[in-house]
Amino acid sequence: MKLDAKIPEGDLSEKWSKHKFNVKLVNPANKRKYEVIVVGTGLAGASAAASLAELGYNVKAFCFQDSPRRAHSIAAQGGINASKNYQNDGDSVYRLFYDTIKGGDYRSREANVHRLAEVSGNIIDQCVAQGVPFARDYGGLLDNRSFGGAQVSRTFYARGQTGQQLLLGAYSALSRQVAAGKVKLYTRTEMMDVVIIDGKAQGIITRDLVTGKIESHSAHAVILASGGYGNVFFLSTNAMGSNASAAWRAHKKGALFANPCFTQIHPTCIPVHGTYQSKLTLMSESLRNDGRVWVPKKAGDKRKPNDIPENERDYYLERKYPSFGNLVPRDVASRNAKYVCDEGRGVGETGLAVYLDFSDAIKRDGEDTISAKYGNLFEMYEKITGENPYKVPMKIYPAVHYTMGGLWVDYNLMTSVPGLYALGEANFSDHGANRLGASALMQGLADGYFVVPYTIGDYLSQMPYEKVSNDHAEFQKAETEVRERLNKLLSVNGKKTVDQFHKELGLIIWDYCGMSRTAEGLKEAKEKVQKLREEYWTNLKTIGTQDELNITLEKAYRVADFMELGELMIDDALNRNESCGGHFREEYQTEEGEAKRDDENYSYVAAWEYKGENMQEELHKEELNFENVQLTQRSYK
Amino acid sequence: MSEAKGMNLTLKVWRQKNASDKGKMVTYQVSDISPDMSFLEMFDVLNEDLLQKGEDPITFDHDCREGICGMCSMYINGKPHGPLDGTTTCQLHMRNFKDGDTIYVEPWRAKAFPVLKDLSVDRTSFDRIIQAGGFISINTGNAPDANEIPIPKDIADEAFNAATCIGCGACVAACKNASAMLFTAAKVSQLSMLPQGKAEKKKRVEAMVAQMDEEGFGACTNTGACSAECPKEISLEHIARMNRDYLNAKLTSDNV
Repeated sequence: MKLDAKIPEGDLSEKWSKHKFNVKLVNPANKRKYEVIVVGTGLAGASAAASLAELGYNVKAFCFQDSPRRAHSIAAQGGINASKNYQNDGDSVYRLFYDTIKGGDYRSREANVHRLAEVSGNIIDQCVAQGVPFARDYGGLLDNRSFGGAQVSRTFYARGQTGQQLLLGAYSALSRQVAAGKVKLYTRTEMMDVVIIDGKAQGIITRDLVTGKIESHSAHAVILASGGYGNVFFLSTNAMGSNASAAWRAHKKGALFANPCFTQIHPTCIPVHGTYQSKLTLMSESLRNDGRVWVPKKAGDKRKPNDIPENERDYYLERKYPSFGNLVPRDVASRNAKYVCDEGRGVGETGLAVYLDFSDAIKRDGEDTISAKYGNLFEMYEKITGENPYKVPMKIYPAVHYTMGGLWVDYNLMTSVPGLYALGEANFSDHGANRLGASALMQGLADGYFVVPYTIGDYLSQMPYEKVSNDHAEFQKAETEVRERLNKLLSVNGKKTVDQFHKELGLIIWDYCGMSRTAEGLKEAKEKVQKLREEYWTNLKTIGTQDELNITLEKAYRVADFMELGELMIDDALNRNESCGGHFREEYQTEEGEAKRDDENYSYVAAWEYKGENMQEELHKEELNFENVQLTQRSYK
Repeated sequence: MSEAKGMNLTLKVWRQKNASDKGKMVTYQVSDISPDMSFLEMFDVLNEDLLQKGEDPITFDHDCREGICGMCSMYINGKPHGPLDGTTTCQLHMRNFKDGDTIYVEPWRAKAFPVLKDLSVDRTSFDRIIQAGGFISINTGNAPDANEIPIPKDIADEAFNAATCIGCGACVAACKNASAMLFTAAKVSQLSMLPQGKAEKKKRVEAMVAQMDEEGFGACTNTGACSAECPKEISLEHIARMNRDYLNAKLTSDNV
């Protein structure tokens, strides 16, 4: 298979404009003759479904939640980047592009990232026009804040719940199209497989989660906006239902999976407190604007934080990275938290936490100012931990938060399967080996509002108006396979519950393929995962039938896919003999303990091809060409 | 870490196989519950236990477990989302209960929220209210520069307060009439306060209120239970604003 990213010719800053002119268009009157399926209704899915419907396409939108508004984009806290330069601090499209490429540790495509920066301003305009209540200053204009990995203030925000407001904006646009009859909405409906006919994605198989009914839906194209795979780790900041099954089904049907080992561990989450714990809660990294990260200088110092005098505290990020201080990118902040805890300087009962201290900020700006900025986050922290962060420093620890890897897509956001697109966190395209804060919302909405509505026309214009019938033999076959897979899960009749398996899987991946990795550990992990997978199919305990609302069955088929994906993450981490961004291989580090890239040998996208049950996947390489930025060792000193 | 302080609790939980089943309360015992556990984690523990015993685990809605997606529900000891103000069920922790407590857990009860199974209800009526008019009619690509229209901070903040609604339905569950006024008003109020939303102000309020009535939600008698139980503490003022908008729309409407 030859990977063609279809990056347009020409100057970086002209590629997107030229491409928009060069792609084939579908005549306005003919758009209604095409039908597009959108799986997932988060920022990427809802914005794509709404925008395509506005253009005149017929859209079917699917989500497993009870409403499109529940998609996990809703939980994003901090903000959304855009190179508006409203603050007059020297921001520009090029600077946002540059920061994103550098933040991603030079493992993303220049052309995609530049396009992202180009449309970032349009996103803010669009959202404001929809009624998204971004924070404003007293003159009534939009406010900005700064975020990790950037030295300008380009982050737009709505208190600590920007994701919620942006998603509700996209949801309102989607709802308007539902009312207009252009979008048909399927809630509590999960995609079980993608159907490929004549080499093109022409529909999906779904399961109604309430009745268990399996159904076929045909269409001219299929868009997956189904999110990331952070829940492979069991404990993550993802929602309980977030899963990788849509993407993984597509992968097994031929879509390449890119850079699966690029996972992001977010530095500021509430630490784990017990084995019953079901998920981890993020504290927005915007907190690092005013909070200072520290641990005691002495290992094993068990004094209360407020009893430890200033000169016995180590503000290690400020010490090691004087110019970025507490605002270093996420991977750097996370790894350093791990180091100080490994040294025995971690705090709290488990020793797996560091302090995030607001006392200086409160002294400087007053409690009211800090409360206006972070009030809801402080409240949330107190609800969960029972401690008041206005009085006692927060305790934080890194947790799995985002996955940069995902389905491989070309410049048009089409996967290696014609007619199958992947948007938002489900694709791999823009964040390289590490995503900067406030860039996920930007990418999801860029893909949905401003990229796929243009690029999908290029494909659809070459499709006949008549879509395949959902009685086609391929649909029948796929439906049967889905029912058989579910029956298989229900008939194992073993002793261990899905959650038990999932927790075991998560621990293996966290320990060996988490914040730092070694070849030896990864090999061990691969064996462990293979063994666990084998046990899964012989010792899984399920209950009930597939023809009813069955929460155990839902988890069971998602975890079966997580097991396979987990193994691919390990393969990918083992293949990449370098450290970059979120992928830190202990063998490859600088003398100062920073990630050491190998640009000569690993400046490529690793795109994996599924070869069949229990077969080693095949690696395809898409070389990354940097024509506009100089590859340097990232430094935030 | 707090395992030593584990609590023993009696749970009385609504079990209902499907929409047509009559349903009943069933008693369960849970033991060694950590005060640091969330209420839903306590349910996870119970469900694992049930599954191990070969019994069907309890279906309940939940997703983000951060208090923002609005998916979790549960009517706990006679209160939507339980005893704590301004808190969703997923953010409610067991330290708010005592060893030996009996806790009653039921689904949202409202004609417009039919039970699907156990504690899970169908809230698509809320989606249809939004579809009726909870938006500003602007197509992608039409927007002027975001800073073109300054919006006074107090108005932006008040619109934001309305916009924090998570659409969970606690307001309906709390209301003796199962009215959806607070939910509907929060969206109407957010959009009618903002300059961008003014063009459709009249049409929006009429359409959304009509849809709310059509879905079978009850009338509002201003008792304020909705706002008191709202996990996001959405203010009753939004209902007042919607009533004003509605009356104004009706009196000056062009849709005679």
